[in-house]
Amino acid sequence: MDFFTLQDFYTHTKFIAYILMVVTLIGMAVFWLYLTDHENDDGEFHF
Amino acid sequence: MFKLKEVLNRSLLTPFNIIAGIIIIIGLIITALRFTGGLGAVTNLSDYNPWGLWIGFDLLCGVALAAGGYVTSAAVYIFGMKKYHSAVRPAILTGFLGYALVVLALGYDVGRPWRLPYPFVVQAGTTSVLFEVGACVLLYLMVLFVEFTPAASEWLGFRRARNVVVRLTMVLTILGVILSTLHQSSLGSLFLIAPSKLHPLWSSQYIPVFFFISSIVAGLSMVIFEGTLTHRYFTDKMDETHLREKEEVVFGFGKAASFVLAAYFAVKVFGIAMDDNWHYLSTGYGAWFLVELLGFVALPCLLYSIGVRDRSIKVIKWAAVWTVLGIMVNRFNVCLVAFNWHLPSSERYFPSWMEIGLSLFVVTVGVVAFKFIVTYMPILYEHPEYKTQHS
Amino acid sequence: MSISRRGFLGWMGAAGMTALSARAGATTRHFEGYPQSLCVLHDITRCIGCRSCEAGCNKVNELPAPAAPFTDLTVLDKKRRTNPKAYTVVNKFTPSQGGKPLFVKNQCNHCLEPACASACFVRAFSKNRDGSVTYDSSVCVGCRYCMIACPFEIPTYEYDEPLTPRIMKCTLCHPRIAKGLLPGCVEACPTEALSFGKREDMLKLARERINKYPGRYIDHIYGEHEMGGTNWLYLSGVPFKTLGMREDLGITPAPDLTSGALATVPMVAALWPALLTGIYAISKRREKMLSGDKQEAIAKAVAEANAKSQAAMTAALDKARKEKEEAVKKAAKTALEPSAQKPQEQ
Repeated sequence: MDFFTLQDFYTHTKFIAYILMVVTLIGMAVFWLYLTDHENDDGEFHF
Repeated sequence: MFKLKEVLNRSLLTPFNIIAGIIIIIGLIITALRFTGGLGAVTNLSDYNPWGLWIGFDLLCGVALAAGGYVTSAAVYIFGMKKYHSAVRPAILTGFLGYALVVLALGYDVGRPWRLPYPFVVQAGTTSVLFEVGACVLLYLMVLFVEFTPAASEWLGFRRARNVVVRLTMVLTILGVILSTLHQSSLGSLFLIAPSKLHPLWSSQYIPVFFFISSIVAGLSMVIFEGTLTHRYFTDKMDETHLREKEEVVFGFGKAASFVLAAYFAVKVFGIAMDDNWHYLSTGYGAWFLVELLGFVALPCLLYSIGVRDRSIKVIKWAAVWTVLGIMVNRFNVCLVAFNWHLPSSERYFPSWMEIGLSLFVVTVGVVAFKFIVTYMPILYEHPEYKTQHS
Repeated sequence: MSISRRGFLGWMGAAGMTALSARAGATTRHFEGYPQSLCVLHDITRCIGCRSCEAGCNKVNELPAPAAPFTDLTVLDKKRRTNPKAYTVVNKFTPSQGGKPLFVKNQCNHCLEPACASACFVRAFSKNRDGSVTYDSSVCVGCRYCMIACPFEIPTYEYDEPLTPRIMKCTLCHPRIAKGLLPGCVEACPTEALSFGKREDMLKLARERINKYPGRYIDHIYGEHEMGGTNWLYLSGVPFKTLGMREDLGITPAPDLTSGALATVPMVAALWPALLTGIYAISKRREKMLSGDKQEAIAKAVAEANAKSQAAMTAALDKARKEKEEAVKKAAKTALEPSAQKPQEQ
């Protein structure tokens, strides 16, 4: 993709960035729930 | 204290001592060569490659991997996670020795090491990122030293000195986090001055963020990794609290490392997006970037998360080893691989045997010092006379 | 440690005075460099690759004699760069479509905003009023960050000096031009491929040549804007990148490359103490509340247990009293019964 102005370049990159931000926020929240899920463990450490 | 006669009676020719001794002797020889023949006699540095292994490994990796000090003390004293308390002193010791070794290595790398204080006492180049790195590293080394003194004071019986320093814990910890934030990020910012020499996938306005976040990951992983080693070789020096808390430390730090690695992954992707560098991913360097991002960021993140979910200490320990490797891969990539990517292969750099030998020497000195301190000072146990007074 | 109000105000006053005297950084500021600074214009179309400039530079700077003499033109068959014994080199470029070889002189470009000066943590480099960028070896620590920083790969290092290694680079003959003399290379050049004068005049001269001979020159003055502008300008008949000169350096001056990152340093220093102390205070309060809650729960449980045992005891006492009353009543009844019966029998 060829950009001729800074404005066009930033419009493009920041559009993608906003989408990635939403994905990241949702993803991190889900990941946190995954990490702190104690439903299936027996509370003991395994080696 | 220890009895000198006792120590000398025990055989000093252990396998560890022999190997360490050989490395140290080689290191001393390289030292002589460096200061009689110059950097050219010992290194493969050139005018196109002024920074090599000693900067890439001893400085960049050394500082990142010594980050456990500020991360652990922040967790315990600022975030109030008292269950990790037993990890503080080993982490501070590793941090202190790590930064001391960075200064030692710089003594070899810079042209006139006796002039290292010049930026602070003769002429300050305040526009330089390196000035800020130097100032913060110097101050932080002093903070780490002070944070280390209670262990030494307890060993030497300096009760009052010890108590004074312990009262300063909060101030020192906060100062440590401020200084670490600044210099960990600035080591990355060093490369902002040369965007034309660094491959676009590694050259981002976010380098300071990359370096800072990965330093947290490095610190957490080093505490786990180095804890694994000390628990194996110094079990007899660990008191009940340390033995009891060690799994909790591994588990808790592993969980934190997993989450921060996920954040680091996101940050790196944003770096590509904000500069529209997606097309570089399909090049040769792009493939190597993906190896770093997927193999050494995403993979350890996943490994840690599996270890956390299964509560498997073993998996978390291996994830820590892999992460430490990944931090080194990243620092080498920025400083040696992606730097000068545009130059013909005849002008690219690879370290000489003596450079590798000297780096090994520096690490060995650190390990020997660590071994001595952990054996004789209350690092892995609480000194009986100070048991109820915390830090 | 306690500070009196007076003491505190004293500290604040001193800090305030210091802050007022320092000039505030403003991002809309625009700097044009020293006016009337001196500059060299290198017209590549005029260079014949005779290496007289290299010889002149070597002579005026009293540099050691090279392995091959300056009259040896076979050295041009290999690409060279500056080295500790040569502040400048001429390189030969053969155009791909054939024709005469082209020669380009390479040396420090004396940038308006030098990257080396920006990067040096001990201020060993100075951009002088006359346009030259000079190096002070008396403070240099030898960190070689300037070599990382220079986009033109100019600074060279005395790696073979064990104790007194220096950076070596072109000085624009700073001491000579101060006396009104020409730089050594400019004086030696036989074809006027090198012109010397004020930067404004060299730019004008370059534009004039481009306008007068549009077929001869590429319409671009290299160094006018590159890296924010340099005090060494170039004219060429072929694209500069075919002559080993990078066209992708951009026009951002070097100090602006790191000013953003450096600008965050005072923010961290100012905000982190408040942020971290805040987190500490919150976690301490939480801990207190948790232990407070815990204590409350314990107290409650104890009170409940007390109340329960109290009630049980009262109930037991009541019961015992009742039983006692019953027993007394019964005993009294039994005692009274036989005496109640006896009188009836008589």
